[in-house]
Amino acid sequence: MSSEWPDTLAAAPGQYAACGRGEEHGLGVHWEVLLGITGKDFTIIAASKAAMRGATVLKASDDKTRALNSHSLMAFSGEAGDTVQFAEFIQANIQLYSMRNSMELSPSATANFVRGELASALRSRRPYTVNLLLGGYDEIADKPTLYWIDYLASLAPVPYAAHGYAQYYCLSLLDKHHHPDIDFAQGMKILRMCSEELKRRLPIDFKGLMVKIITKDGIREEEYADDQNVAVP
Amino acid sequence: MASGYDRALSVFSPDGHVFQVEYALEAVKRGTCAVAVKGADIVVLGCEKRSAMKLQDTRITPSKICLVDTHVALAFAGLNADARILVDKARLEAQSHRLTVEDPVSIEYITKYVAGVQQRYTQSGGVRPFGISTLIVGFDPNDKTPRLYQTEPSGIYSAWKANAIGRSSKTVREFLERNHKNDLDREETIKLTVKSLLEVVQTGAKNIEIAIMAPGKGIEMLPLEDIEKYVESINTEKQEEAASRRPGRATGSGGTATLAARPGGERSE
Repeated sequence: MSSEWPDTLAAAPGQYAACGRGEEHGLGVHWEVLLGITGKDFTIIAASKAAMRGATVLKASDDKTRALNSHSLMAFSGEAGDTVQFAEFIQANIQLYSMRNSMELSPSATANFVRGELASALRSRRPYTVNLLLGGYDEIADKPTLYWIDYLASLAPVPYAAHGYAQYYCLSLLDKHHHPDIDFAQGMKILRMCSEELKRRLPIDFKGLMVKIITKDGIREEEYADDQNVAVP
Repeated sequence: MASGYDRALSVFSPDGHVFQVEYALEAVKRGTCAVAVKGADIVVLGCEKRSAMKLQDTRITPSKICLVDTHVALAFAGLNADARILVDKARLEAQSHRLTVEDPVSIEYITKYVAGVQQRYTQSGGVRPFGISTLIVGFDPNDKTPRLYQTEPSGIYSAWKANAIGRSSKTVREFLERNHKNDLDREETIKLTVKSLLEVVQTGAKNIEIAIMAPGKGIEMLPLEDIEKYVESINTEKQEEAASRRPGRATGSGGTATLAARPGGERSE
Protein backbone atom coordinates (compact mmCIF):
# COMPACT_ATOMS: atom_id res chain seq x y z
CA MET A 1 0.00 0.00 0.00
CA SER A 2 2.89 2.28 0.78
CA SER A 3 3.94 2.51 -2.82
CA GLU A 4 0.77 4.46 -3.56
CA TRP A 5 1.99 7.30 -1.42
CA PRO A 6 4.97 9.22 -2.68
CA ASP A 7 7.12 11.18 -0.25
CA THR A 8 6.83 14.29 -2.35
CA LEU A 9 4.57 15.45 -5.11
CA ALA A 10 5.53 13.53 -8.22
CA ALA A 11 6.91 15.23 -11.28
CA ALA A 12 5.15 14.88 -14.59
CA PRO A 13 5.39 11.29 -15.83
CA GLY A 14 8.16 10.94 -18.42
CA GLN A 15 6.05 9.14 -20.97
CA TYR A 16 6.51 11.50 -23.85
CA ALA A 17 8.91 10.37 -26.53
CA ALA A 18 11.86 12.66 -27.06
CA CYS A 19 10.75 14.71 -30.04
CA GLY A 20 12.20 17.86 -31.49
CA ARG A 21 12.98 19.26 -28.06
CA GLY A 22 15.45 22.03 -27.72
CA GLU A 23 15.10 22.98 -31.36
CA GLU A 24 13.64 26.24 -30.27
CA HIS A 25 16.08 26.49 -27.46
CA GLY A 26 18.85 27.77 -29.67
CA LEU A 27 16.72 30.72 -30.70
CA GLY A 28 13.46 31.67 -29.03
CA VAL A 29 14.11 31.22 -25.36
CA HIS A 30 17.37 33.15 -25.14
CA TRP A 31 15.56 36.38 -25.84
CA GLU A 32 13.81 36.17 -22.52
CA VAL A 33 15.42 38.45 -19.95
CA LEU A 34 16.03 37.35 -16.37
CA LEU A 35 18.03 39.58 -14.04
CA GLY A 36 18.93 39.31 -10.39
CA ILE A 37 20.73 41.82 -8.18
CA THR A 38 21.45 41.52 -4.46
CA GLY A 39 22.29 44.44 -2.20
CA LYS A 40 22.70 45.23 1.47
CA ASP A 41 19.26 44.05 2.56
CA PHE A 42 17.34 43.12 -0.59
CA THR A 43 17.30 41.00 -3.72
CA ILE A 44 15.86 42.36 -6.96
CA ILE A 45 14.47 39.93 -9.52
CA ALA A 46 13.49 41.29 -12.92
CA ALA A 47 11.94 39.33 -15.78
CA SER A 48 10.81 40.40 -19.23
CA LYS A 49 7.05 40.71 -19.69
CA ALA A 50 6.85 39.36 -23.24
CA ALA A 51 5.53 35.85 -23.76
CA MET A 52 6.93 34.82 -27.12
CA ARG A 53 6.44 31.95 -29.47
CA GLY A 54 8.73 31.97 -32.44
CA ALA A 55 8.59 35.45 -33.90
CA THR A 56 5.27 36.29 -32.28
CA VAL A 57 4.61 38.10 -29.02
CA LEU A 58 1.61 36.41 -27.42
CA LYS A 59 1.36 38.59 -24.34
CA ALA A 60 3.02 41.72 -22.94
CA SER A 61 2.26 41.19 -19.25
CA ASP A 62 3.66 37.73 -18.62
CA ASP A 63 4.78 36.94 -15.08
CA LYS A 64 7.83 34.67 -15.26
CA THR A 65 8.10 34.29 -11.49
CA ARG A 66 6.55 32.14 -8.80
CA ALA A 67 6.77 32.72 -5.05
CA LEU A 68 7.96 29.50 -3.42
CA ASN A 69 7.41 30.67 0.14
CA SER A 70 7.29 34.01 1.93
CA HIS A 71 11.00 34.69 1.32
CA SER A 72 11.89 32.85 -1.90
CA LEU A 73 11.03 33.83 -5.43
CA MET A 74 11.88 31.84 -8.53
CA ALA A 75 12.16 33.41 -11.98
CA PHE A 76 12.23 31.11 -14.97
CA SER A 77 12.82 31.07 -18.71
CA GLY A 78 13.11 28.35 -21.31
CA GLU A 79 10.88 25.90 -23.19
CA ALA A 80 7.34 27.27 -23.02
CA GLY A 81 5.50 24.37 -21.36
CA ASP A 82 8.38 23.23 -19.17
CA THR A 83 8.88 26.52 -17.36
CA VAL A 84 5.53 26.88 -15.64
CA GLN A 85 5.18 23.12 -15.15
CA PHE A 86 8.53 22.90 -13.37
CA ALA A 87 8.08 26.13 -11.41
CA GLU A 88 4.67 25.12 -10.07
CA PHE A 89 5.90 21.63 -9.29
CA ILE A 90 8.73 23.14 -7.22
CA GLN A 91 6.32 25.65 -5.66
CA ALA A 92 3.96 22.89 -4.54
CA ASN A 93 6.78 20.89 -2.98
CA ILE A 94 8.24 23.89 -1.14
CA GLN A 95 4.80 24.76 0.22
CA LEU A 96 4.26 21.13 1.20
CA TYR A 97 7.53 21.35 3.14
CA SER A 98 6.26 24.45 4.94
CA MET A 99 3.00 22.76 5.90
CA ARG A 100 4.67 19.55 7.05
CA ASN A 101 7.35 21.19 9.15
CA SER A 102 5.68 24.44 10.28
CA MET A 103 8.75 26.30 9.08
CA GLU A 104 10.00 27.51 5.75
CA LEU A 105 12.82 26.00 3.81
CA SER A 106 15.81 28.36 3.68
CA PRO A 107 16.79 29.84 0.30
CA SER A 108 20.00 27.77 0.12
CA ALA A 109 18.12 24.54 0.89
CA THR A 110 15.50 25.50 -1.66
CA ALA A 111 18.15 26.14 -4.30
CA ASN A 112 19.79 22.77 -3.70
CA PHE A 113 16.40 21.02 -3.81
CA VAL A 114 15.61 22.70 -7.14
CA ARG A 115 19.03 21.74 -8.50
CA GLY A 116 18.49 18.13 -7.42
CA GLU A 117 15.10 17.93 -9.15
CA LEU A 118 16.50 19.49 -12.30
CA ALA A 119 19.52 17.15 -12.25
CA SER A 120 17.39 14.02 -11.96
CA ALA A 121 15.04 15.30 -14.67
CA LEU A 122 18.07 15.94 -16.89
CA ARG A 123 19.00 12.26 -16.67
CA SER A 124 15.44 11.07 -17.31
CA ARG A 125 13.71 10.38 -20.61
CA ARG A 126 12.28 13.90 -20.71
CA PRO A 127 14.38 16.61 -19.12
CA TYR A 128 13.08 20.09 -18.28
CA THR A 129 14.61 22.85 -20.41
CA VAL A 130 14.38 25.58 -17.80
CA ASN A 131 16.77 28.29 -16.66
CA LEU A 132 16.20 29.77 -13.23
CA LEU A 133 17.10 32.58 -10.90
CA LEU A 134 16.24 32.02 -7.27
CA GLY A 135 16.08 35.20 -5.24
CA GLY A 136 15.58 35.00 -1.52
CA TYR A 137 16.17 36.44 1.88
CA ASP A 138 17.80 34.19 4.46
CA GLU A 139 16.08 35.14 7.70
CA ILE A 140 18.53 33.22 9.87
CA ALA A 141 21.73 34.63 8.37
CA ASP A 142 19.86 37.94 7.83
CA LYS A 143 21.24 38.18 4.30
CA PRO A 144 19.79 38.50 0.81
CA THR A 145 20.57 35.56 -1.46
CA LEU A 146 20.61 34.88 -5.18
CA TYR A 147 21.16 31.56 -6.94
CA TRP A 148 21.80 31.05 -10.63
CA ILE A 149 20.61 27.70 -11.99
CA ASP A 150 20.56 26.61 -15.63
CA TYR A 151 18.86 23.75 -17.47
CA LEU A 152 21.93 21.55 -17.07
CA ALA A 153 21.38 21.82 -13.31
CA SER A 154 24.45 23.83 -12.46
CA LEU A 155 23.97 25.92 -9.37
CA ALA A 156 25.91 28.96 -8.28
CA PRO A 157 25.29 31.41 -5.47
CA VAL A 158 26.00 34.84 -6.98
CA PRO A 159 25.75 38.53 -6.04
CA TYR A 160 24.13 39.37 -9.41
CA ALA A 161 23.06 37.27 -12.36
CA ALA A 162 21.41 37.16 -15.75
CA HIS A 163 20.08 34.51 -18.14
CA GLY A 164 19.90 34.45 -21.91
CA TYR A 165 21.27 37.17 -24.19
CA ALA A 166 20.80 39.63 -21.35
CA GLN A 167 23.98 38.20 -19.90
CA TYR A 168 26.06 39.69 -22.71
CA TYR A 169 24.81 43.22 -22.06
CA CYS A 170 24.23 43.25 -18.32
CA LEU A 171 27.03 41.31 -16.68
CA SER A 172 29.63 43.87 -17.75
CA LEU A 173 27.50 46.69 -16.38
CA LEU A 174 26.99 44.81 -13.14
CA ASP A 175 30.70 43.97 -12.93
CA LYS A 176 31.46 47.67 -13.07
CA HIS A 177 28.74 49.09 -10.82
CA HIS A 178 27.73 46.40 -8.36
CA HIS A 179 28.92 46.33 -4.78
CA PRO A 180 27.61 44.02 -2.01
CA ASP A 181 26.72 46.99 0.23
CA ILE A 182 24.56 48.96 -2.20
CA ASP A 183 21.24 50.21 -0.87
CA PHE A 184 17.90 49.72 -2.61
CA ALA A 185 17.98 53.00 -4.55
CA GLN A 186 21.41 52.17 -5.93
CA GLY A 187 20.22 48.67 -6.81
CA MET A 188 17.28 50.08 -8.78
CA LYS A 189 19.63 52.54 -10.48
CA ILE A 190 21.85 49.69 -11.68
CA LEU A 191 18.75 47.80 -12.82
CA ARG A 192 17.69 50.89 -14.80
CA MET A 193 21.12 50.96 -16.48
CA CYS A 194 20.69 47.29 -17.37
CA SER A 195 17.18 47.67 -18.75
CA GLU A 196 18.20 50.73 -20.81
CA GLU A 197 21.14 48.88 -22.26
CA LEU A 198 18.90 45.94 -23.12
CA LYS A 199 16.43 48.26 -24.79
CA ARG A 200 19.25 49.85 -26.72
CA ARG A 201 21.03 46.69 -27.84
CA LEU A 202 18.61 43.76 -27.89
CA PRO A 203 17.13 43.48 -31.41
CA ILE A 204 13.69 42.52 -30.11
CA ASP A 205 11.13 44.24 -27.92
CA PHE A 206 10.90 42.29 -24.67
CA LYS A 207 7.97 44.48 -23.48
CA GLY A 208 9.66 45.85 -20.38
CA LEU A 209 10.49 44.25 -17.06
CA MET A 210 8.41 42.96 -14.20
CA VAL A 211 10.39 43.74 -11.04
CA LYS A 212 10.01 41.94 -7.73
CA ILE A 213 11.84 42.67 -4.50
CA ILE A 214 12.61 40.23 -1.70
CA THR A 215 13.48 41.70 1.70
CA LYS A 216 13.19 40.54 5.28
CA ASP A 217 9.52 41.61 5.12
CA GLY A 218 8.76 39.28 2.23
CA ILE A 219 8.15 39.59 -1.51
CA ARG A 220 6.63 42.61 -3.21
CA GLU A 221 6.21 43.85 -6.74
CA GLU A 222 7.91 47.15 -7.58
CA GLU A 223 6.42 49.63 -10.05
CA TYR A 224 8.80 49.83 -12.97
CA ALA A 225 8.23 52.54 -15.59
CA ASP A 226 8.89 51.55 -19.15
CA ASP A 227 7.84 54.61 -21.14
CA GLN A 228 11.09 56.56 -21.67
CA ASN A 229 12.77 56.29 -25.01
CA VAL A 230 16.38 55.22 -25.02
CA ALA A 231 18.84 56.93 -27.31
CA VAL A 232 20.53 54.57 -29.70
CA PRO A 233 23.79 55.66 -31.31
CA MET B 1 2.47 -19.44 8.00
CA ALA B 2 -1.30 -19.47 7.75
CA SER B 3 -1.54 -18.87 4.00
CA GLY B 4 -2.75 -15.25 4.11
CA TYR B 5 -5.89 -15.85 6.17
CA ASP B 6 -4.37 -13.90 9.07
CA ARG B 7 -3.76 -10.84 6.95
CA ALA B 8 -7.27 -9.48 6.72
CA LEU B 9 -8.16 -8.29 10.20
CA SER B 10 -11.20 -6.37 9.10
CA VAL B 11 -13.66 -9.12 8.22
CA PHE B 12 -17.31 -9.12 9.23
CA SER B 13 -18.35 -10.90 12.34
CA PRO B 14 -21.40 -13.15 11.76
CA ASP B 15 -23.75 -10.48 13.13
CA GLY B 16 -22.48 -7.80 10.77
CA HIS B 17 -19.94 -5.93 12.87
CA VAL B 18 -16.45 -5.05 11.78
CA PHE B 19 -14.75 -5.36 15.13
CA GLN B 20 -11.51 -3.64 14.16
CA VAL B 21 -13.43 -0.48 13.28
CA GLU B 22 -15.28 -0.59 16.56
CA TYR B 23 -12.03 -1.06 18.43
CA ALA B 24 -10.67 1.96 16.56
CA LEU B 25 -13.63 3.97 17.84
CA GLU B 26 -12.68 2.76 21.30
CA ALA B 27 -9.18 4.16 20.77
CA VAL B 28 -10.78 7.48 19.83
CA LYS B 29 -12.79 7.50 23.06
CA ARG B 30 -9.57 7.08 25.02
CA GLY B 31 -7.89 10.00 23.26
CA THR B 32 -7.91 13.49 24.71
CA CYS B 33 -10.95 15.62 23.95
CA ALA B 34 -11.20 17.98 20.97
CA VAL B 35 -13.99 20.50 20.38
CA ALA B 36 -14.96 22.68 17.43
CA VAL B 37 -17.53 25.47 17.39
CA LYS B 38 -18.76 27.52 14.44
CA GLY B 39 -19.54 31.19 15.01
CA ALA B 40 -21.10 33.70 12.64
CA ASP B 41 -17.82 34.43 10.88
CA ILE B 42 -15.11 32.36 12.58
CA VAL B 43 -14.64 28.77 13.60
CA VAL B 44 -12.78 27.75 16.75
CA LEU B 45 -10.93 24.54 17.59
CA GLY B 46 -10.28 23.60 21.20
CA CYS B 47 -8.19 20.73 22.53
CA GLU B 48 -7.49 19.16 25.83
CA LYS B 49 -3.72 19.12 26.19
CA ARG B 50 -1.95 16.45 28.24
CA SER B 51 0.18 18.13 30.90
CA ALA B 52 3.84 17.75 30.07
CA MET B 53 6.08 15.78 32.37
CA LYS B 54 8.70 17.57 34.36
CA LEU B 55 11.62 16.77 32.08
CA GLN B 56 9.70 17.07 28.82
CA ASP B 57 10.58 19.78 26.33
CA THR B 58 7.20 21.30 25.52
CA ARG B 59 8.56 23.29 22.60
CA ILE B 60 9.12 20.13 20.59
CA THR B 61 6.04 18.13 21.65
CA PRO B 62 3.63 18.35 18.75
CA SER B 63 0.16 19.85 19.08
CA LYS B 64 -3.13 18.07 18.46
CA ILE B 65 -4.19 20.92 16.18
CA CYS B 66 -2.47 20.99 12.82
CA LEU B 67 -2.70 22.89 9.57
CA VAL B 68 -3.50 20.87 6.47
CA ASP B 69 -3.25 23.92 4.23
CA THR B 70 -3.14 27.61 5.08
CA HIS B 71 -6.95 27.73 5.23
CA VAL B 72 -7.70 24.29 6.69
CA ALA B 73 -7.09 23.23 10.29
CA LEU B 74 -7.53 19.76 11.70
CA ALA B 75 -7.85 18.54 15.28
CA PHE B 76 -7.96 14.87 16.18
CA ALA B 77 -8.66 12.51 19.05
CA GLY B 78 -7.11 9.07 19.31
CA LEU B 79 -3.71 7.68 18.46
CA ASN B 80 -1.28 10.53 17.85
CA ALA B 81 1.01 8.48 15.63
CA ASP B 82 -1.87 7.44 13.36
CA ALA B 83 -2.91 11.07 13.07
CA ARG B 84 0.53 12.06 11.86
CA ILE B 85 0.23 9.72 8.90
CA LEU B 86 -3.29 10.82 8.05
CA VAL B 87 -2.46 14.52 8.33
CA ASP B 88 0.55 14.04 6.09
CA LYS B 89 -1.61 12.41 3.42
CA ALA B 90 -4.09 15.28 3.70
CA ARG B 91 -1.33 17.87 3.32
CA LEU B 92 0.02 16.10 0.26
CA GLU B 93 -3.46 16.02 -1.26
CA ALA B 94 -4.01 19.71 -0.50
CA GLN B 95 -0.82 20.71 -2.35
CA SER B 96 -1.48 18.22 -5.14
CA HIS B 97 -4.93 19.76 -5.60
CA ARG B 98 -3.38 23.22 -5.85
CA LEU B 99 -0.88 21.96 -8.41
CA THR B 100 -3.46 20.26 -10.63
CA VAL B 101 -6.36 22.72 -10.58
CA GLU B 102 -4.63 25.91 -9.33
CA ASP B 103 -7.14 26.26 -6.52
CA PRO B 104 -6.93 25.53 -2.82
CA VAL B 105 -9.03 22.60 -1.62
CA SER B 106 -12.51 23.20 -0.27
CA ILE B 107 -13.12 22.01 3.27
CA GLU B 108 -15.62 19.43 2.09
CA TYR B 109 -13.19 18.10 -0.50
CA ILE B 110 -10.36 17.54 1.98
CA THR B 111 -12.81 16.04 4.50
CA LYS B 112 -14.06 13.63 1.88
CA TYR B 113 -10.45 12.78 1.06
CA VAL B 114 -9.50 12.15 4.71
CA ALA B 115 -12.64 10.06 5.24
CA GLY B 116 -11.85 8.19 2.02
CA VAL B 117 -8.40 7.26 3.28
CA GLN B 118 -9.87 6.16 6.60
CA GLN B 119 -12.44 4.02 4.81
CA ARG B 120 -9.81 2.38 2.63
CA TYR B 121 -7.96 1.28 5.74
CA THR B 122 -11.05 -0.64 6.90
CA GLN B 123 -11.22 -2.68 3.73
CA SER B 124 -7.61 -3.33 2.66
CA GLY B 125 -5.34 -6.27 3.38
CA GLY B 126 -2.44 -5.99 5.78
CA VAL B 127 -3.51 -2.73 7.38
CA ARG B 128 -5.53 -1.70 10.40
CA PRO B 129 -7.97 1.22 10.61
CA PHE B 130 -6.81 4.65 11.79
CA GLY B 131 -7.48 4.99 15.51
CA ILE B 132 -8.56 8.60 15.18
CA SER B 133 -11.55 10.81 14.63
CA THR B 134 -10.90 14.27 13.20
CA LEU B 135 -12.55 17.64 13.25
CA ILE B 136 -11.75 19.57 10.08
CA VAL B 137 -12.46 23.29 10.04
CA GLY B 138 -11.76 26.26 7.82
CA PHE B 139 -13.07 28.40 5.00
CA ASP B 140 -13.50 27.59 1.34
CA PRO B 141 -11.52 29.84 -1.04
CA ASN B 142 -13.31 33.17 -1.59
CA ASP B 143 -16.02 32.31 0.91
CA LYS B 144 -16.79 33.64 4.37
CA THR B 145 -18.94 30.75 5.57
CA PRO B 146 -17.30 28.82 8.40
CA ARG B 147 -17.15 25.06 7.81
CA LEU B 148 -16.88 22.21 10.27
CA TYR B 149 -16.74 18.51 9.49
CA GLN B 150 -16.04 15.37 11.47
CA THR B 151 -14.53 12.13 10.20
CA GLU B 152 -14.46 8.76 11.94
CA PRO B 153 -12.31 5.62 11.67
CA SER B 154 -15.03 3.90 9.64
CA GLY B 155 -14.79 6.60 6.99
CA ILE B 156 -18.05 8.33 7.89
CA TYR B 157 -17.99 12.10 7.58
CA SER B 158 -20.58 14.64 8.67
CA ALA B 159 -21.07 18.41 8.95
CA TRP B 160 -21.73 20.12 12.29
CA LYS B 161 -22.44 23.48 13.92
CA ALA B 162 -20.44 22.40 16.97
CA ASN B 163 -19.07 19.05 17.97
CA ALA B 164 -16.69 17.20 20.27
CA ILE B 165 -14.64 14.01 19.87
CA GLY B 166 -12.54 11.92 22.22
CA ARG B 167 -12.70 11.39 25.96
CA SER B 168 -16.06 12.48 27.50
CA SER B 169 -17.15 13.79 24.10
CA LYS B 170 -20.74 12.87 24.98
CA THR B 171 -20.73 15.23 27.97
CA VAL B 172 -19.23 18.04 25.92
CA ARG B 173 -21.59 17.48 22.98
CA GLU B 174 -24.58 17.59 25.31
CA PHE B 175 -23.22 20.81 26.81
CA LEU B 176 -22.87 22.26 23.32
CA GLU B 177 -26.40 21.14 22.41
CA ARG B 178 -27.69 23.07 25.41
CA ASN B 179 -25.62 26.21 24.86
CA HIS B 180 -24.89 26.65 21.15
CA LYS B 181 -26.72 29.40 19.32
CA ASN B 182 -26.52 30.38 15.67
CA ASP B 183 -24.47 33.47 14.76
CA LEU B 184 -22.22 33.64 17.80
CA ASP B 185 -19.72 36.50 17.61
CA ARG B 186 -15.97 35.97 18.02
CA GLU B 187 -15.87 36.38 21.80
CA GLU B 188 -18.92 34.18 22.37
CA THR B 189 -17.57 31.44 20.11
CA ILE B 190 -14.19 31.28 21.87
CA LYS B 191 -15.88 31.43 25.25
CA LEU B 192 -18.28 28.61 24.41
CA THR B 193 -15.36 26.49 23.23
CA VAL B 194 -13.38 27.08 26.42
CA LYS B 195 -16.47 26.58 28.57
CA SER B 196 -17.36 23.30 26.90
CA LEU B 197 -13.80 22.05 27.37
CA LEU B 198 -13.87 23.05 31.05
CA GLU B 199 -16.70 20.53 31.45
CA VAL B 200 -14.09 17.78 31.15
CA VAL B 201 -10.74 19.50 31.74
CA GLN B 202 -10.36 20.09 35.44
CA THR B 203 -6.85 21.51 35.38
CA GLY B 204 -7.81 24.77 33.65
CA ALA B 205 -6.11 26.95 31.08
CA LYS B 206 -2.71 25.27 31.01
CA ASN B 207 -4.29 22.08 29.66
CA ILE B 208 -6.32 23.80 26.97
CA GLU B 209 -5.30 24.71 23.45
CA ILE B 210 -7.39 27.04 21.29
CA ALA B 211 -7.03 27.77 17.59
CA ILE B 212 -9.10 30.28 15.65
CA MET B 213 -9.72 30.29 11.91
CA ALA B 214 -11.05 33.39 10.15
CA PRO B 215 -11.70 33.90 6.42
CA GLY B 216 -8.65 34.86 4.39
CA LYS B 217 -6.33 34.52 7.37
CA GLY B 218 -4.10 31.72 8.60
CA ILE B 219 -4.52 29.86 11.85
CA GLU B 220 -4.38 31.88 15.06
CA MET B 221 -3.27 29.97 18.15
CA LEU B 222 -4.66 31.72 21.20
CA PRO B 223 -1.84 32.57 23.65
CA LEU B 224 -1.98 30.98 27.10
CA GLU B 225 -2.64 34.33 28.84
CA ASP B 226 -5.76 34.87 26.73
CA ILE B 227 -7.07 31.37 27.48
CA GLU B 228 -6.45 32.06 31.17
CA LYS B 229 -8.57 35.21 30.90
CA TYR B 230 -11.46 33.25 29.40
CA VAL B 231 -11.16 30.54 32.05
CA GLU B 232 -11.09 33.17 34.77
CA SER B 233 -14.15 35.02 33.50
CA ILE B 234 -16.02 31.72 33.11
CA ASN B 235 -15.13 30.70 36.66
CA THR B 236 -16.22 34.03 38.18
CA GLU B 237 -19.43 33.83 36.14
CA LYS B 238 -20.09 30.37 37.50
CA GLN B 239 -19.41 31.52 41.07
CA GLU B 240 -21.67 34.55 40.68
CA GLU B 241 -24.37 32.31 39.28
CA ALA B 242 -24.02 29.91 42.18
CA ALA B 243 -24.01 32.79 44.69
CA SER B 244 -27.03 34.48 43.17
CA ARG B 245 -28.92 31.22 43.11
CA ARG B 246 -28.89 30.74 46.91
CA PRO B 247 -30.19 34.12 48.09
CA GLY B 248 -32.31 34.19 44.96
CA ARG B 249 -34.14 31.13 46.10
CA ALA B 250 -34.48 32.57 49.61
CA THR B 251 -36.20 35.74 48.43
CA GLY B 252 -37.91 34.22 45.45
CA SER B 253 -39.66 31.34 47.11
CA GLY B 254 -41.21 33.53 49.74
CA GLY B 255 -40.80 34.16 53.45
CA THR B 256 -42.36 30.96 54.55
CA ALA B 257 -39.62 28.88 53.02
CA THR B 258 -36.92 30.82 54.81
CA LEU B 259 -38.78 30.68 58.04
CA ALA B 260 -39.33 26.99 57.62
CA ALA B 261 -35.65 26.45 56.94
CA ARG B 262 -34.54 28.26 60.01
CA PRO B 263 -36.31 26.20 62.60
CA GLY B 264 -35.02 23.18 60.68
CA GLY B 265 -31.47 24.44 61.14
CA GLU B 266 -32.04 25.17 64.76
CA ARG B 267 -33.45 21.76 65.27
CA SER B 268 -30.34 20.07 64.06
CA GLU B 269 -28.16 21.98 66.48
